[in-house]
Amino acid sequence: MKRSVAISTHQLSIGYSGRGGKRVVRPDLNLQLFTGEITALLGSNGAGKSTLLKTLCGLLPSLHGDIFIEGKPLAGYRSGELSTHVGVVLTERTQTGGISVYDLVSLGRYPHTGFFGTLREDDHAAIRHALETVGIADKAQRFVSELSDGERQKAFIAKALAQECPIILLDEPTAFLDVTSRMETMITLRRLAHREGKAVLLSTHDLDTALQLADTLWLQPADPAEEMICGKPDQLVGNGALARFFGSASLRFDPESRRLVPVTKKK
Amino acid sequence: MCSGIISRSMTRRHLRWIYAGLSLALVALFCGGLLYGAVRIPLRDIVQILLRSYEGKEAWQHIVLESRLPQTVTALLAGSSLAVSGLMLQTLFKNPLAGPSILGISDGANLGVAIAMIYLGAASYLTTIVAALTGAFVVLLIILGFSRKVTSNVMLLIIGIMVGYLASSVISILNYHASADKVHQYVMWGMGDFSGVSLSKLPWLAGFSLAGLLGALLLIKPLNALLLGDAYATNLGVNVRRARFLILICTGVLTAVVTAFCGPVSFIGLAVPHIARLLLGSSNHRHLLPVTLLAGACTALLCSMLTVIPGSGNVLPLSAITPIIGAPVIIYVIVNRKNLHYFN
Repeated sequence: MKRSVAISTHQLSIGYSGRGGKRVVRPDLNLQLFTGEITALLGSNGAGKSTLLKTLCGLLPSLHGDIFIEGKPLAGYRSGELSTHVGVVLTERTQTGGISVYDLVSLGRYPHTGFFGTLREDDHAAIRHALETVGIADKAQRFVSELSDGERQKAFIAKALAQECPIILLDEPTAFLDVTSRMETMITLRRLAHREGKAVLLSTHDLDTALQLADTLWLQPADPAEEMICGKPDQLVGNGALARFFGSASLRFDPESRRLVPVTKKK
Repeated sequence: MCSGIISRSMTRRHLRWIYAGLSLALVALFCGGLLYGAVRIPLRDIVQILLRSYEGKEAWQHIVLESRLPQTVTALLAGSSLAVSGLMLQTLFKNPLAGPSILGISDGANLGVAIAMIYLGAASYLTTIVAALTGAFVVLLIILGFSRKVTSNVMLLIIGIMVGYLASSVISILNYHASADKVHQYVMWGMGDFSGVSLSKLPWLAGFSLAGLLGALLLIKPLNALLLGDAYATNLGVNVRRARFLILICTGVLTAVVTAFCGPVSFIGLAVPHIARLLLGSSNHRHLLPVTLLAGACTALLCSMLTVIPGSGNVLPLSAITPIIGAPVIIYVIVNRKNLHYFN
């Protein structure tokens, strides 16, 4: 599949502005997110991964600079228009325990349905397709509260899929999941990127899975003064970027095993 | 795939039963409300009175047309209004214990009435209503004003509770300075009553109630999106601020008009949405809202009937009855934690 730029930023600075003035989390970001690829955003807690994701999907205003969604500036999208371009999976608490998985996924059709939200045949088709793609079609009539954490995450990914957006942003979709669900979720997302040509960007702490399954890595350092590092996993392993990024007094990145290992005192 | 389709059609049959059952209960309770009262009037006479072809006792005609008919219609409208506004508030504030009386809107109405009764010396019916509406809308405006500044719904809920406390404390101070008979008059109003609306005033209540209920039905789509929380809803294209504003206006009108006409009626707004969720087994507003509306009407009609003590001319205050129905439901929902999954 030919890849094209889904999101690009120009001198973007992200953060929060309040009464006490601006708090810049990260200045001068020039990023490119591609379609047909799964991109993993790595960084320690507090590095501003969620801030970046929320800014890219318009939930948080940017402080400075420009964001282009499919070539068009974010500010140029009318309210509600963006909902058919960027879908999200967040860490927010929801009250969806009491609705069925089918109903949850059908909420993804919100931008496509009319005033009363009545689902037509093409809406049902999109919902079924989304359920099957993530592999929870057999749980469609279950309550969301009956799902395991992994299934719940899949249901929310299906919601974003039913939205039929070319871009999907996910905030730590694999946190709190066990090893198998984590891998399965990543494989599902990878398939979406590769088969359906979606641009998938997710933040994660799971270095192993990201190295194994992501096409591109974005490394976001905790210090705003340091630049963001972007590249293919192999490239970042090879040029030592990962070793520099994750190295600390007690840990180092071992390029052979592609893992973080404890620093052994004397050799 | 197949199982999905089968269970969906089963849900549909389940739905039909719920709507049929509730409609039947509604009709039965409505007729019951007309038939049952302190004075025994035979069914045939009631039908004749309603068809305006009755030529019997003047007093019976008066009882049916001026007391029972308006009271049952009032109960029906007030019950559905309170229940629906309770449901919208629970969804908006993501809180199973939110209800019309929590946001301080009914306290605002109380304060308006207290000022009118105690200070303006007005006992007239119309003044009470205007005062209640004014009080309720002043509180609503305060809440709406804060809703523009405060982005968190929990904070807004707390502000509502605080405004309610302020209103009740002002009421206490007013009562302290008022004469005993004024206080008594106010306390009686405060008991809640469906029987205070005469046939000629009924169109006012009906107009506001139906407008509010219609508004609520139009808000079903954004209400469902709000189940996902504000960020998800925004991503789906919902203008969350506007949706919140419209929901608050709707609940405000519904609560204010009911409080103005019937006094403060507790527990219906809080408990009925839970009854509807238990019946329906789903928090999808597409059906939850209509079911809440019907269940609210049924509950209020039942409560209204239970206020009549059979065989005597006496009537219990409404606020003595609604908690008997409402409180056990709330306790059941809280104790049986499984039912709280609607809010997870």
